[in-house]
Amino acid sequence: MGLLSDPNRRRALISLLTRLNAPICVLCYFAAVCWFMGLSFEPFTLRTYMSENAMGSTMVEERFPAGERALATAKEFGAHKKKVGGMPVDWLVKTMQARGLEVFTQRFSRTLPFPDENNERYIVEGTNVYGILRAPRAPRTEALVLSAPCSPGDDNNQAVGLLLGLAHYFRNQVFWAKDIIFLVNEHDLIGMQAWLEGYHHTNTTGMDWSPLQGRGGSIQAALSLELSSDVVTSLDIVLEGLNGQLPNLDLANLFYAFCQKIGVLCTIQGRIQRNDWDSVSGYSHAVQTMMLMVMKQASGRSWGDHGLFLRYHIEAATIKGINSFRQYKTDATTVGRLLEGMYRKLNNLLERLHQSYFFYLMPSLSHFVSIGYYMPAFGLLAVILLLRALDLWVQLATPPSRNEDGVADIEQSSTGVLSVLTPLVISHLTGAALYMLPVRFQEMAVEHFQVSETEAVVLTAIAVYTGGLALPHNTHRLISGEGTEQGWRVLKLVAVLYLAVLLGCTALINFSLGFILALTLVPVASFVTPHVPKLLSAVVLVILSPAFTLLFSVFIFQELQEMPVSFQDGWMLYLSVISQGILDHYLYGSLVYPLIALMVYPCWLLFWNILFWK
Amino acid sequence: MIVWSQSALQLATNYDFQEELVIRPLHSGDIYASFQFRTLWETDFMRENKVSHYRLFPKSLGQVISKFSVRELHISFTQGYWRTMQWGQPFLPSPPGAELWVWFQDSVTDVDAAWKELTNVLSGIFCASLNFIDSTNTVQPSASFKPLGIVNETDHRFLRYATLPREIVCTENLTPWKKLLPCGSKAGLAVLLKSEKLFHSSFFSQTVHIRPVCQDRECKTTSWELRQTLNVVFDLHTSGQGKREWSLFKMFSRTLTEACPLASSSKIYIDVTDNPQEEYFELSPATPLLSQAVVLGDRRTFSVYDLTQQVTFGTVRSLNLLIRWKSTEGSMLRPLLHAERYVAGYGLQTGEIHTVMYNNHPFRSFPVLLLDSVPWYLRLYIHTLTVTSKGKDNTPSYIHYQPSKDRMRPHLLEMLVQLPPHSVTEVTVQFERALLKWTEYTPDPNHGFYVGSSVISALVPSSVAMDTNITQEQPLFSSFFPCKEESSYFVRVYTEPLLVNLPTPDFSMPYNVICLTCTVVAVGYGSLYNLLTRSFQIEEPNPRLAKKIANFIRRIRGVPLLS
Repeated sequence: MGLLSDPNRRRALISLLTRLNAPICVLCYFAAVCWFMGLSFEPFTLRTYMSENAMGSTMVEERFPAGERALATAKEFGAHKKKVGGMPVDWLVKTMQARGLEVFTQRFSRTLPFPDENNERYIVEGTNVYGILRAPRAPRTEALVLSAPCSPGDDNNQAVGLLLGLAHYFRNQVFWAKDIIFLVNEHDLIGMQAWLEGYHHTNTTGMDWSPLQGRGGSIQAALSLELSSDVVTSLDIVLEGLNGQLPNLDLANLFYAFCQKIGVLCTIQGRIQRNDWDSVSGYSHAVQTMMLMVMKQASGRSWGDHGLFLRYHIEAATIKGINSFRQYKTDATTVGRLLEGMYRKLNNLLERLHQSYFFYLMPSLSHFVSIGYYMPAFGLLAVILLLRALDLWVQLATPPSRNEDGVADIEQSSTGVLSVLTPLVISHLTGAALYMLPVRFQEMAVEHFQVSETEAVVLTAIAVYTGGLALPHNTHRLISGEGTEQGWRVLKLVAVLYLAVLLGCTALINFSLGFILALTLVPVASFVTPHVPKLLSAVVLVILSPAFTLLFSVFIFQELQEMPVSFQDGWMLYLSVISQGILDHYLYGSLVYPLIALMVYPCWLLFWNILFWK
Repeated sequence: MIVWSQSALQLATNYDFQEELVIRPLHSGDIYASFQFRTLWETDFMRENKVSHYRLFPKSLGQVISKFSVRELHISFTQGYWRTMQWGQPFLPSPPGAELWVWFQDSVTDVDAAWKELTNVLSGIFCASLNFIDSTNTVQPSASFKPLGIVNETDHRFLRYATLPREIVCTENLTPWKKLLPCGSKAGLAVLLKSEKLFHSSFFSQTVHIRPVCQDRECKTTSWELRQTLNVVFDLHTSGQGKREWSLFKMFSRTLTEACPLASSSKIYIDVTDNPQEEYFELSPATPLLSQAVVLGDRRTFSVYDLTQQVTFGTVRSLNLLIRWKSTEGSMLRPLLHAERYVAGYGLQTGEIHTVMYNNHPFRSFPVLLLDSVPWYLRLYIHTLTVTSKGKDNTPSYIHYQPSKDRMRPHLLEMLVQLPPHSVTEVTVQFERALLKWTEYTPDPNHGFYVGSSVISALVPSSVAMDTNITQEQPLFSSFFPCKEESSYFVRVYTEPLLVNLPTPDFSMPYNVICLTCTVVAVGYGSLYNLLTRSFQIEEPNPRLAKKIANFIRRIRGVPLLS
């Protein structure tokens, strides 16, 4: 404060910041990248530990004996599924009733905004079947959920078999304090969305479902099971949910603790933990694992059936059985015992899971990076924007012509407001068009061009996006007179502050998305002026635009998953990712697509506008 | 001496104690056992000279009645939720947790003070947390809870009703309850009440009801009735090891050898209505005694075992009833009336309470009284109240709504709704979650806050003519709710309680807040204050050293200084 109240020292500080602005910004950028890369270095991360006392110190025994019988049930389920050609509702109802559960069904139907070519579905109709194990002497206020999807083909039969086996075993135990809901959902995420909306009687996405008849009170935790083989080599836990939400870290800790106890190989992102953190390959392994998590989280989609629970403040995770070529196999009984142990511990919960972190990144299952550690990486990027804004502010505050009279100043500032407002409004209208047009005009596009609906949507989106690049010319026609030197500075100041607020808010909700966008957009925001070489800058600007960020992310993601693709395949993948992103928004309420279309893209257009300022 | 023995004789005739146990095998394979113990005493607690000689009637309760001028007292402790869909209607319904409702005599001037003291006393008697009943969870229902005994005044100013949905019921509540029985748990049916078995069940409920009743048809003399009931449901899978075979020993790990010597009647009833030819289950030892009673709108047939007869115990001198099922079919029931309730919505700002009531009668509609008592921290938006049946608006014919006052009293909503035949009626009301003061949170705030069950009282059309004569000899379980019409019977249904999460601060936050505010005050306020109060002056640049020396010399010389 003393520093700022003293005019001399303030002047000195400001001149220092403006003189050294560019070097400081470059330094900050590299510091941010280095900080981020350092996050997955094991000595810098924290070991995971169980925070919840109710789950930590209590002892439970796992005695589930009936793995073989569960697999037999799975075969029976598979046979009935093949016979009916879908979900064997009657058989499931009967089987669950025989196990002493209260069984209910829910019908749902949904017409997608445009056909989903990945899953080959357009008009979806299905039935969810769920059975409630009523806990003895419990007043139906709390519940736990175990779900397994009824997938097409022979997938996940074992998961349903194990679910029914566990239901049978759990029913004969006396220690349950919370109702347990065993759910078999059809059409994976759509069925899950219908069930959750029915359970909470909300309708956020315009789906048709029949109301639920039986409930178990407020759901405390949920696990979704995916198992497609009789034996597994490892179990993988999936945490990333809708809009980058994560379950409480204690749920992951619980899974890890039981894997250790029972001796099951466990993975996250499908990658086995390594102990050689001090070697280069060990470090790069950890970086890749964490990068995968960052990519998945940034995509904002639900990476398993569990992801939709998170909106309702229900801690949930998906557990996937993986059968690879390793020698050591785990049988269904062991997987059942693991789940039994987890449910018994969750049953002991006195409060919702809240003790541990909700914001974290995991370079391995035994280590995590908390929000306090990863936020500085983003903070360093945000500082660049603030420094650039300060620089512009200082330049605007000390105009070269100080001796002019007040009248001229007012005129200048009024044109300034107009010249800022027009590009702002027009670029946001373009963003709105990018958001609305693809789905609205698919029918027209299909009529006039030889494309399928899905292609029409994706191509319209790309067309609108590209069309926005012609914006500067149109903007200038609307402004009377020439753009002034003052004008672009004001516009840039507004754009930089807008970007800072936008990225800041995004990073608070979904750090990964905010960080990836900041990595590409912050350099754009800092160097763009009308005076840089036009052609070169335009290329750089386009390459750093959100669409290209997505394209690069697709390639990097494939590379990280050790499934590199050719450019051709990558491009097809890119198109399908766009359509999936739009579908995720309409089906489940994912916010990434509207965020990019309505906020980030218009913001980028502002910088594009500045580059072509006349 | 003669006078004394005469009065003793008279006293003895004024007392009556009956005990009975009803066992109903349920279709789901579970088994429902309901104990009823009734003590009648012809006396007047409100007399000037205090009643001091107690024989069968428990003294602790008698003193409570006379001290607080209680007209009727109904208290229930329940662990678990009655599953109407699987088990049908219970003989005596009760909500999860503790429920207490009391009618005071109209001579009581300060009802609230009496109520407060009464709850504390009862809390001591039953080892329960009834002392947590205060003005924030007490309501005065205007229509739902009418007196069950003889009535001469029904001004609801003298009624208090409260529930504690969070109350956990266990052995410590059972022991004082058993001590109120004349035989304790030493003899009679009460020997079966062993807590290790009773709390190994799906549902457990114990109640105490005190009310004045008529002795005879003309109601010339009245007496006080203390009715203690205990209901328990044993689970097929956990208690029965999955075998459809029940016996007294399997249920209670005891058999019966005698009746309570003080009891005028001691009977076991087994519901065999669905099983006239023993096609579903077989009963041993067989009994020739059959009894019929109209209960819950249906004529039921019971096999009766009279424990006062030595024949009942047979040659082994012990009675171990055995019920063995022949089939293994079990299905959901369709009770005429049932209800459920849940919270809709997500997020911690608003929500919606849905109460769904099912009328499964094929052609008759009937009215129900819905009572909702919602704590103040859920702020009901009463303008969003909707009642819909079959997709159409259903206007309640009577609404009594009392808004809440923060930290003072809860919302009270009572409605008379007509349920159309074969329909689902949904009552919804939106609410906003209040942010509590930080000392008002419970020690486990993330568990959520409970909202008590809503109460649905209804006159359900009966399939047989109901017995309106309440004084005649009939089994205890069929005679609790007085019946005024022949064509319908009274049912009370409780919905499940709700668990609602309120916005909860992170309680490690106060530390952070203290640190932050201290920093802000020290740095921010201090320097701002400094800036505001300091007067700024343009400071002369410091004179050079040579000038200083020159001025020093000039001062000595006495000539004007250099500026």
